[in-house]
Amino acid sequence: MILTLNGKQESIERPVTLDVLVTAKGLCPDKIVVEHNFSIISKEDWSKITLKGQDMIEIISFVGGG
Amino acid sequence: MTMEDLLTLGGRSIKSRLLIGTGKFASYSLMKKALEATQANIVTVALRRVDTGSKADNILEYIPKSCILMANTSGARNANEAVRIARLAKASGSGNWIKIEVVQDNKYLLPDNLETLKAVEILVKEGFIVLPYMSPDLSMAKRMEDAGAAAVMPLGAPIGSNRGIKTRELVEILVREIRVPVIVDAGLGSPSDACECLEMGCAAVLVNTAIAIARDPVGMARAFSEAVLAGRRAYRAGLASPASEASASSPLTGFLRDEAR
Repeated sequence: MILTLNGKQESIERPVTLDVLVTAKGLCPDKIVVEHNFSIISKEDWSKITLKGQDMIEIISFVGGG
Repeated sequence: MTMEDLLTLGGRSIKSRLLIGTGKFASYSLMKKALEATQANIVTVALRRVDTGSKADNILEYIPKSCILMANTSGARNANEAVRIARLAKASGSGNWIKIEVVQDNKYLLPDNLETLKAVEILVKEGFIVLPYMSPDLSMAKRMEDAGAAAVMPLGAPIGSNRGIKTRELVEILVREIRVPVIVDAGLGSPSDACECLEMGCAAVLVNTAIAIARDPVGMARAFSEAVLAGRRAYRAGLASPASEASASSPLTGFLRDEAR
């Protein structure tokens, strides 16, 4: 199935939860914030969200800015 | 000046009137040195999509824990996007200070005051400490203030342009008429620009590019910090008014010529 991760189409083979996706991408959970279909999902709830086709995921972190 | 001259902002007492942006530094460790050298109290950061391929450091580890983090909403093109970014920033644990930046124009990066106001109205109600980056327009500044903005942040010149306080006449009006702190944000190029802002009664300045891209960013951060102090001291001491004619500062009695007998 196809989902959109940070604006790019991404294909995943089987349904996974958000925490699995974060780990698979090699991201440190403490540095990021995750939005699933325009809702912010707190870290504790990542394992409760199973991703479906067409889902929109945004993974954001802080960078330098003025 | 025996009493410590603190800036009251968002319910906090702030010592440093130099707010520092963290973009464009050659490295996070250099940025950290600049923040430490100036004892910055308020530091801005931005939010971006993570690059899942890279192992970039976490910028927050390079910002002293004593600093108030103020996320900006750069990248937002309208009020809804700014609100969305602000909520993400809060969820990621940066606290509730937010600089609203809504820009649709990529050439001059000038703010959209109307969309900015809409975002201020929403985010104040959600409990954010909101500082809108705006064009220095008095009626909009009053609306921002009425909506609960903690400060107004007029631009001095376009972002990153290092041109100085080109909006001086309009910012002076805000200083006279707006009750919340007026903080000049964007466009300041040299310490003397920052000094000028403080001399004219602005509460603080926010500087990023001029420090970050200097040959020696730490040295430039110190220079800005000293200029801000000097400008504030001058404002508090009361500047003398300009005059069109000379007014002697030494006695004019021509004693060498008074030998006529």
